[in-house]
Amino acid sequence: MIQMQQLKFGYPQSHFRLSIPELEIKDTEKVAVIGPSGCGKTTLLNLISGILIPNQGTLLSCGIDLKTLNDSQRRVYRISRIGFVFQEFELIDYLNVRENILLPYFINSALQLDEGVLQRAQELAAAMQIDSYFNSRIDRISQGERQRVAICRALLPQPQILLADEPTGNLDPVNKQHIRDLLLEHTTKTNATLIMVTHDDRLLDQFDRTIDIERFHEMVKTA
Amino acid sequence: MNGILRLTLRYLAYNKLKTITLIMCVSLALLLPVLLQFGVAQFEQDLMSRARSTPLVAGVKGSRFDLALQSMYFSRADLEPTSMREVESIQETNYALPIPLTLRFTAQGFPVVGTTLDYFEFRKREIAEGTQLKRLGDCVIGANVAATLQLKPGDRLMSDPLNVFDLSGNYPLKMRVVGVLGKSNSPDDEAVFVDLKTEWIISGIGHGHQSINAESNKDLVLKQEGQTTVANAAVPQFNEVTDKNLASFHFHGETDTFPISAIIVVPFDQKSEVLLLGLYDTKGAELQLIRPTEIVNELMGMVFRVKQLFDMNALLVSISVGLLLALVFVLSLRLRKRERQTMFQLGCSRSMIWKLQLTEVIFILAASLLIVLGITAIVRVYASQLLRLWFS
Repeated sequence: MIQMQQLKFGYPQSHFRLSIPELEIKDTEKVAVIGPSGCGKTTLLNLISGILIPNQGTLLSCGIDLKTLNDSQRRVYRISRIGFVFQEFELIDYLNVRENILLPYFINSALQLDEGVLQRAQELAAAMQIDSYFNSRIDRISQGERQRVAICRALLPQPQILLADEPTGNLDPVNKQHIRDLLLEHTTKTNATLIMVTHDDRLLDQFDRTIDIERFHEMVKTA
Repeated sequence: MNGILRLTLRYLAYNKLKTITLIMCVSLALLLPVLLQFGVAQFEQDLMSRARSTPLVAGVKGSRFDLALQSMYFSRADLEPTSMREVESIQETNYALPIPLTLRFTAQGFPVVGTTLDYFEFRKREIAEGTQLKRLGDCVIGANVAATLQLKPGDRLMSDPLNVFDLSGNYPLKMRVVGVLGKSNSPDDEAVFVDLKTEWIISGIGHGHQSINAESNKDLVLKQEGQTTVANAAVPQFNEVTDKNLASFHFHGETDTFPISAIIVVPFDQKSEVLLLGLYDTKGAELQLIRPTEIVNELMGMVFRVKQLFDMNALLVSISVGLLLALVFVLSLRLRKRERQTMFQLGCSRSMIWKLQLTEVIFILAASLLIVLGITAIVRVYASQLLRLWFS
């Protein structure tokens, strides 16, 4: 469960302020976050992932008060509990599909790359229908396939919370639906919480809840 | 494979052109001063070891450097020759052993060194295969000559004509290879040794031809003066010395006037050396007696002054390459900002990200160092030969 109370955040030397009086996201809940550009959607995800620390208030995630953790502890929290999917996919162009999926295991000594992980990667790729491109270069596959690679990468460490920052922003309508369905399906299968930022109202119907970061009372005031 | 190493290798392999360019830049910047340092050290060592084993050299006055290098390295220099008389006059002093050298011709590009058997004893050169020089027309070849030209005792080796268009000049002589010297890693490995008289035959001072009878070879005889028959240039000369025609070879003129390029002078003791040097100081303007070690020291002094300039240049090149490398690194950091951000979001520590970037730089430097070491090792093996090639 993610709980925020009287949470305030602002970037240094910026007028941007995010103020969340109260917000709760339950375990396994599928939440869509909407709102205009610059209202703080990505900032919210970065706060939940522990990349940013609130200036005021409390932020509990999986029972942990993120404000009390140091850099190293927040990194461990991020590795063990958070998965990230980005709008621009953020795949590494010099690695092939397989290596991109396994990337968290190359860069985090806390994650052990063993036969089980390799097997799981193969299964995930098959489920996402990208297993035939396993050894292909990233620039040889389509946009939709790239996003599926990014989802595989986020799901492989089996995170408790999957944060998706406009993952369908660069895709055509068919792929948008498909990627959303994949995210919902796999997070349901693994009992993970899904928080997905989107600008597309047509994708909202399958989510448990939609948080309008600008309109809803539990969220936000930007200054 | 370690994650950092895997990512580094993948990144460098993906950016092949950039990686190769950087490695080449760093290698060249490092190679220049290293090779210069190594080359000069090897140059000094080679020159000095040969100079130390060559106590004194006598020759016609002129360039002392040319005389020293010619007598040590058999390089071709346009020095005026001295004569056999000078060899005899040194001998007569009883101060030293004179070893004459003639260095005017080549055979298949290798210098033909006319000398006496004393040379081999003085340099402690042993025959590895075959025998020592036995008669006119024989040659003993250095180990590298034998290897390069695939020659062995019993084979023939033709001297090179000085000028193919000069019909009245010297004719090439087909020499009989009788021995191959053991490898000494010295200029002797790349020389063809012949007896002085053989060299004089190559130069045309001596020759062999069919016997001419004033009655039966009227068309070849210019004049008859008592017992002496003077023939014209149409007399066919032998281009090879054989057991059959050996007796027909003869020399025109007095032996003590025959040319000698340089004389290695081996004093019997230190006092003799000093006396000889004094003798040559007062001998007149046309001859000089030099100490090769002094010449090499002088030469190295000049080389070191030039090297300082090169060192300065190499330093500037290294600084430029260092700055270039830093620029490429900084630009690469900017270009890969999002990649670093992604890695951080995926849980990678900042120290790990820096390690990753640093490993790439270390890898480029290590690859460059390997190239430099490899080239240096190759140069080290062939340095002496390269230097000799340069002097020849």
